[in-house]
Amino acid sequence: MTELASFQAETRQWLEDNCPESMRQPFRSESEWCWGGRNFEFISEDQRIWMQRMGEKGWTVPTWPREYGGGGLSKDEAKILAKEMRSLRCRKPLESFGISMLGPALMKFGNEEQKLEHLPKIARGEIRWCQGYSEPNAGSDLASLATKAEDQGDHYLVNGSKIWTSYADQADWIFCLVRTDTSVKHDGISFLLFDMESEGVSTSPIRLISGSSPFCETYFENVKVPKENMMGELNKGWTIAKYLLTHEREMISSIGESFASMSPSQSALSTIGTDSEGRLANSALRRDCAQMEIDGMAFFLSLERGKDEAKAGQGMGAVSSMFKYYGTELNKRRMELQLAIDGADAMVWQDDPKVPALWLRSKANSIEGGTSEVQLNIISKRVLGLPDK
Amino acid sequence: MALILNEEQQMLKEAASGFLQDKAPIAQLRELRDSEDERGYKENVWKEMVDMGWAGIAIPEEYGGVGYGYTGLGIVLEEVGKNLSASPINASVLAAASVILKAGTEEQKTQLLPALAGGELSISLALEEKGQHKTADFATTAKSNGEDYVLSGEKRFVADAATADKLIVAASTEKGTQLFLVDAARKGVATETVTMIDSRNSARIQFNDVDLAASDRLGNDEDASAALSDAVDIINAGVSAELLGISIRAFEMTVDYLKERKQFDAVIGTFQGLQHRAAHLFCEIELGKSMVLKTLQAIDSGDPGMSLLASATKAKMCEVAQLATNEGIQMHGGIGMTDEYDLGFYIKRARSLEHSFGDRNYHLDRFAALSAY
Repeated sequence: MTELASFQAETRQWLEDNCPESMRQPFRSESEWCWGGRNFEFISEDQRIWMQRMGEKGWTVPTWPREYGGGGLSKDEAKILAKEMRSLRCRKPLESFGISMLGPALMKFGNEEQKLEHLPKIARGEIRWCQGYSEPNAGSDLASLATKAEDQGDHYLVNGSKIWTSYADQADWIFCLVRTDTSVKHDGISFLLFDMESEGVSTSPIRLISGSSPFCETYFENVKVPKENMMGELNKGWTIAKYLLTHEREMISSIGESFASMSPSQSALSTIGTDSEGRLANSALRRDCAQMEIDGMAFFLSLERGKDEAKAGQGMGAVSSMFKYYGTELNKRRMELQLAIDGADAMVWQDDPKVPALWLRSKANSIEGGTSEVQLNIISKRVLGLPDK
Repeated sequence: MALILNEEQQMLKEAASGFLQDKAPIAQLRELRDSEDERGYKENVWKEMVDMGWAGIAIPEEYGGVGYGYTGLGIVLEEVGKNLSASPINASVLAAASVILKAGTEEQKTQLLPALAGGELSISLALEEKGQHKTADFATTAKSNGEDYVLSGEKRFVADAATADKLIVAASTEKGTQLFLVDAARKGVATETVTMIDSRNSARIQFNDVDLAASDRLGNDEDASAALSDAVDIINAGVSAELLGISIRAFEMTVDYLKERKQFDAVIGTFQGLQHRAAHLFCEIELGKSMVLKTLQAIDSGDPGMSLLASATKAKMCEVAQLATNEGIQMHGGIGMTDEYDLGFYIKRARSLEHSFGDRNYHLDRFAALSAY
């Protein structure tokens, strides 16, 4: 306990000394997030310094091993770091698909050269990654993907296209599912890593109903990818893809966590007011707020329980699908409720980060990273053991 | 505190599960119902529960209990829910002992709790007067008569009154709401057994000018509504744990049935229309588990946010148990409607528990009120 206590004191001191003042307030919108990468335009020098300092310390990825650019912290130490960052209101120094998605998969399936090459750059925010999964004809049925990689002796030749590639237009590298065998479905998929500056790669942003364009269509025309850039074995990419998806789901359900903790009732009190007995003036809305807050609380506690069980080696199993499903559905409900609270005010068109844009954006939560229906399929089969046929 | 059971609690859970499946399974409740048993539970089973320390499971050691806390009692109640085991554990251990702990004087606790823990004494809580739950403004009155009181009124839905030695009666007095310990055999106390949907013992009790002494009052001579409300929060946590057990078992039965029943030349569990509903129900039950455990832990650690948690958990568990039992019957089809099949016992007990100590609407309303909106 004393060791943890001294770690806590040192951590606090270090954060006090190194976190710039302007990085100690909540994000006002997603546009203030720091993504890093070769072409990232920092919103301020403070933002750059904060990412750099945390990256050098390995605290952008506190529990990753030191040799891969991580902080080498134990789970308990990482918990303390997170707590201290919360109490100083430090912003998350780096938002990254490399950290939340590729990193864990690379750690598990990559070879030593690949780990040493890519993980430290992810940790320091030097390379920004995007995910090449969905294709125009491979959505929920992801394994039907057709982008092909042909063996050309010393390299693979990649042709095809991806869709819903988040921030492909701003990413430096892509981790990409490709077809390396057309005679089989799941067992003909491989996992490639390549530079988005490679010749033959182009991107085109897709404008969404929310007005923003976080997703792209990504085209590959005779892209040459060195053979050593294959992660894992040839035709064994689907296993990696599934593993990585569990991390993506956790990331998406954590969006639900942040919104679920917001209090709709406080917002409703300010727009709708109270009756003579101090109750929220609209009793139907009052009930919706109570139900929403209780479900938010139950979801948040379940995330906590999931972490505690994982730590104790108990594990609920297929939890990522449950949290993905419930968290995103909850978030959609939360946004619908916010519309009910704001009324016609929410109908005034406003871009990110205002309510209408967030509401519209939330509709994608239960589609991306595997739809709600796909998650329910997974729970049915893997947890409940319901048969296929 | 981590939201998991520790080793000791895990062992308790396994022991409770094994014992109840063996000694107090659902078949026993069916038998008690069919034989119109006056007691409503098996005395020898209850005695064994007492011998295992369950009657004093949440009672602190200083008062003769075993000090496993409400987390311990909740664990047992979850298993009780799974097996629909009939016993006075709800009435005497969860309800009465909690009220005494919260409202009793030191002397009363020292006197009553060891007897409850040892199973020598049974007490039932006489609280409700109407179909809707209340913790104040009772029509039952205890009028001062010098140092003494005269108790009059009618209480309903008194669980396990048939075997209760004493009753804790909530009544309106000059001081507000006060609680009285009344011998069940006292002159002026008229108990009428009422058959309830869940086949558990319940009574309507008339108090016809029952003379009480000041020493029959639970607690000091002051308004006891806050203490009663705290106790009811605890009771609701325990009721939620039982509802959780019911939901889990009803769901297990349903999933088993989906794997076995064939229609259209296929096991019905292959149909996506049923798979998705089952998967959704799984998620809701998992959320319920987190709420129940958190609330039980909050009681044991003296968390000031316990009331809010208790109402949130009860509201959630009413919702989950309704979904689990309703979906259970629907997915079973006709067989779920038959008395011969056990599922009906689960939906009946679930509804009965939902409507004790405040249903979902009551607790949604209270949650909002406690959250100042």
